[in-house]
Amino acid sequence: MLLRPRTLTAAPLAYLWEGWGAAVGLFLLLAAWQACHEAYGSFVLPSPLESFAGLWRMIEDGRAPPAASLTAARAVLGFLAAGLLGSVLGIAAGLSMAAARAVRPVVTVLLGIPPIAWIVLALLWFGTGGLAPVFTVVVAAFPIAFAGAVEGTRTLDRGLEGMARSFGASGWMMLWDVHVPHILSYLFPAWVSALGTAWKVTVMAELLGADDGIGAGLAVARTNLDTAEAMGWIVAVVVMLLAVEYLLLHPIKRRVERWREQPAGAPMRGP
Amino acid sequence: MLAWQGVTHGYGPETVIEDFDLGLDPGRVLGLVGPSGCGKTTLLLMAGGLLEPLAGCVRNGFRRPAFVFQEARLLPWRRAVDNVAFGLKAAGMGRAERRRVAGRLALRMGLTDEDLEKFPHELSGGMRQRVALARALTVSPDLLLLDEPFSALDVGLRRQLQDLVVGEIAGGGLSAVFITHDLTEAVRVSHEIAVLSGRPGRLLRRFVIDRPHAARDDAFVYETVGGLLRDAAVAAAFRTAEDIR
Repeated sequence: MLLRPRTLTAAPLAYLWEGWGAAVGLFLLLAAWQACHEAYGSFVLPSPLESFAGLWRMIEDGRAPPAASLTAARAVLGFLAAGLLGSVLGIAAGLSMAAARAVRPVVTVLLGIPPIAWIVLALLWFGTGGLAPVFTVVVAAFPIAFAGAVEGTRTLDRGLEGMARSFGASGWMMLWDVHVPHILSYLFPAWVSALGTAWKVTVMAELLGADDGIGAGLAVARTNLDTAEAMGWIVAVVVMLLAVEYLLLHPIKRRVERWREQPAGAPMRGP
Repeated sequence: MLAWQGVTHGYGPETVIEDFDLGLDPGRVLGLVGPSGCGKTTLLLMAGGLLEPLAGCVRNGFRRPAFVFQEARLLPWRRAVDNVAFGLKAAGMGRAERRRVAGRLALRMGLTDEDLEKFPHELSGGMRQRVALARALTVSPDLLLLDEPFSALDVGLRRQLQDLVVGEIAGGGLSAVFITHDLTEAVRVSHEIAVLSGRPGRLLRRFVIDRPHAARDDAFVYETVGGLLRDAAVAAAFRTAEDIR
């Protein structure tokens, strides 16, 4: 018992240690990238250094920051709408056995439709501009949050509910102390996964049908056959994603899910 | 006092308890034993006011029942002390006050200050059951309803917790209904033992155990259990149970 570190001091240490492991992975990836660059040359794959230089150039000439913030705004806006809508509707559907049954195949279908198909439709409906990416993010991320909420609501612990009732807990307490933490434990990973999807889908939608944002920048780089610049944009996207993941979501997850038996590792993402 | 009067209940087409009559006087512990599925838990839920019988009625003069379940049923996302304080929170007590009361009771149940700040998954099975027991006792119940509370624990631990419960009941003038599979446990804690038949559950036999708890040593317990099992009806009820302990 004495050897066991106090949880309060152990948590940040464990987090740093995990960060160390993540850094090892990232550096291995960079090394592989460099090796491919050396095998195939700069035109096919610019070196990491050239890519970072490309990104730096775009930051210096003032193209990258507005594009990045625009993309981030679209992704976050779409994510918030999808997360809110999906969670609320998912919980509502989960409360009714019939609704959950009816809705399950619909969610499977929605999850199965590739985001690119939505992008094409969105472009046809909304034309080029900011609305198409946001719409696409909402429809692509919605079923993820929805499925998480349905699953969380379906698996509520009846035993705990009976216990709470035996103590005469109010409806508010039943919700706040018994149901919400359980549903959140399902919702949180779903939100993380939805945010990742939001990010990627935004860039994709911008690439095909917007004249601003990171995706549009990528499209320009492609037209100019400027691989270094294209890699620069990709690096920008990835860095933003990693920042959100490790500086925001992971610490929150750790705080929210400290009660869990096995703290879940870095969440895995679907395409 | 508590009385089940001509109680019949079932789930769906199946009757689990049929025409059941039994009573409990204040200050006494009633042990309910019988094979799985004979409706013991159903009777307990009725005693706690959580279930209405399909036929017959339950007269309950106790004001404040409190449950201890087989699985501790702790909120995994709340620390031990907040789990103990759950009933107080439901009763509307403020946070600081209920944590203080809960802490005091948990210590009496053999938990340490360190345990209080742990989450349930960090506690052993015995400690979790102590938390559940403390949670039931915080609301100062007059009727304790225990549904096989210690059946998942090993023998030594079970003895300790049985002694704890017996002490609390004797000290606080509590009454209790104690469901168990284990005849030795029933003999150790009860003033009165009711043996139920298999499904649909009926009352087979009633035994009163007069000897005070303090005087029930191992020899007495084993002898009494042996005596109960010599009764053909009781032995038959227990032969059908798979898990005789």
